[in-house]
Amino acid sequence: MTAAATGLDPTRSDPGPPPRPPGPVPSVRRVRLRRAVLPWLFLSPALLLFLYFKYLPMAKGINLSFYKVQPFLGDQWVGLDNYARILDEESFRRALGHTVVYAAAQTAGAILVGFVLALLLEGRARHLWFVRSAAFLPVVAAVAVVAEVWRLLYFPGSEGMLNSLLSWFGSDAQRFLDDPDQALGWVIVVGIWKNAPYDMMIVLAGLASIDRQLYESAALDGAGLVRRLRHVTLPALRPVVTILLTLAAIRGMRVFTEVYILTGGGPAGSTDVLMTRIYDLGFRANDLGFASACSVVLFLLTLVLTGGVTWYRRRKELS
Amino acid sequence: MTAPRTAPRAASRTASRTASARYDTALGWGWGRDRPLASTTRLALYALVLLVFCGPLLAVLTGAFDRTPDPSQMSLIPRQLTLRNFEIAGERGLWTYLRNSLLITGSALLLQVSVTVFAAYALARHRFRGQALALMVILATMMLPEEVIAIPLSLVLGDLPGLGISLRGTLLGMVLPMGGWGFSIFVLSEFMKEIPLELEEAARVDGAGELRIFGQIILPLCKPGLGVVVIFGFNMIWDQYLLPLIVATSPDQYPLTVGLQLMRSVPEVGIGALLAGALVALVPSVIVYLAFQRTFLSGLTTGAVKG
Repeated sequence: MTAAATGLDPTRSDPGPPPRPPGPVPSVRRVRLRRAVLPWLFLSPALLLFLYFKYLPMAKGINLSFYKVQPFLGDQWVGLDNYARILDEESFRRALGHTVVYAAAQTAGAILVGFVLALLLEGRARHLWFVRSAAFLPVVAAVAVVAEVWRLLYFPGSEGMLNSLLSWFGSDAQRFLDDPDQALGWVIVVGIWKNAPYDMMIVLAGLASIDRQLYESAALDGAGLVRRLRHVTLPALRPVVTILLTLAAIRGMRVFTEVYILTGGGPAGSTDVLMTRIYDLGFRANDLGFASACSVVLFLLTLVLTGGVTWYRRRKELS
Repeated sequence: MTAPRTAPRAASRTASRTASARYDTALGWGWGRDRPLASTTRLALYALVLLVFCGPLLAVLTGAFDRTPDPSQMSLIPRQLTLRNFEIAGERGLWTYLRNSLLITGSALLLQVSVTVFAAYALARHRFRGQALALMVILATMMLPEEVIAIPLSLVLGDLPGLGISLRGTLLGMVLPMGGWGFSIFVLSEFMKEIPLELEEAARVDGAGELRIFGQIILPLCKPGLGVVVIFGFNMIWDQYLLPLIVATSPDQYPLTVGLQLMRSVPEVGIGALLAGALVALVPSVIVYLAFQRTFLSGLTTGAVKG
């Protein structure tokens, strides 16, 4: 085509429509059959992998949750006993409480810090772009690396890195993760540190879509900074932020790696969350039936959270 | 989007430079040589942001090359440069973990991207019976991450139903569960939906078969989407912790993320070995992010808004 157009190859004439491939013309029925089967063929690797590594395990987990699993004696059907035990067990109730606190505090803290960061770093200047990119690094770092590094920063002695920083401000040496009353709070700080820059980028994308003229006319009407933020910026961000909060809260409910590396659920169970409990029960105590029941409860919690938010959003959109 | 915005801005710029800059951001914060106080405050805040969010990572960089016998001596300024940390970390298996990580990430990413591309193509460019069901089955897997199914997944991996094979302690065991990812299938199919149907129809009229349309029209046209899928897939796989922990039967199968804990304190170099390992684990993610920043951020917003 290009050769003919530029006249470099005069011997070649216009090729015309490509010849049909040899063989019989496919019948309408065969084409229709192919149309119906082909998509499933394309989908089959994904569906097969999901079946084996998502749905079968899920089904097995639900099934196990009704059994007392005994490796050599054979599994014994116990009905809802495992679920009844969940309500009885003090350690599980505490872990559930910690999980809710962690998910809520981490989500709220990250969006707050992220919002402030976004306001501070909004703009087109090159140096702002640099600061934004650099501040985003915690998001791309692997969770395990982040947790290992913060474990070092939280070194409890007075010479630890964070402690020597705190001493500049006249604060006493903290025991950080060794202090049962504070450990969960310090774990949450790491979560906020890792997730706030992510929220910042999403909020920045939301800020970019706000019409500049709205700020200008609001200011002309005498609206100060706070009122401009409340009446112009926040309403425009609401849809993005709602989704962000839901996703973050769900992710917070199933937190594992950070807590497992930072504290392993200690000291004295003060940072135990659902996942560290489940891991201990399943892989250390080998109480697979009970651990499965706990997993099912975790799954239901995230399901209810997702369903609730979806329903709420639908209702809001309708009204 | 850009067209209506540039016009008033250009107009206001001629009127007064400060006014245009003022309402360019939500904060509307003054900036420039004529406002020294505001400028200094801003610079100080930027420095604080950098210190808080990059400081810990910089401490890893310094510490990896520094003699840091105990955790109390972590610092942003190196005192005595050395490569000894890497030597000791190597003796503790750092290079084995790195090799495992690269092997797992490479093969899992290849599998994940191929699976994603085919599935997204079927969902975005075909209409067929059961389509809504297929989409639901794929999206619902996002509610079932490794954490929720950890216990039964480890049992399934130990004895694949119907096949009687155990994947524990194998590379396949770490790779196959990451082969399908609902998020990336969803994101790529959103990208593919935006390719105009006319292009495909024109090719069909010319006698192009299904595979040629797929390979020569759809794939080249959704390169930005492919970029998102590859980069997010890389991050997701490199980040894995629980899955390898479940699958591995001995420490020499660990990837970097899990192996780090075995380098926590080494008598010869203290935390030096751990910091060296942390740096090795950080570098690939940081390079990928810096190199493909634009793609990364575009994926971030698509994923957050649509997902």
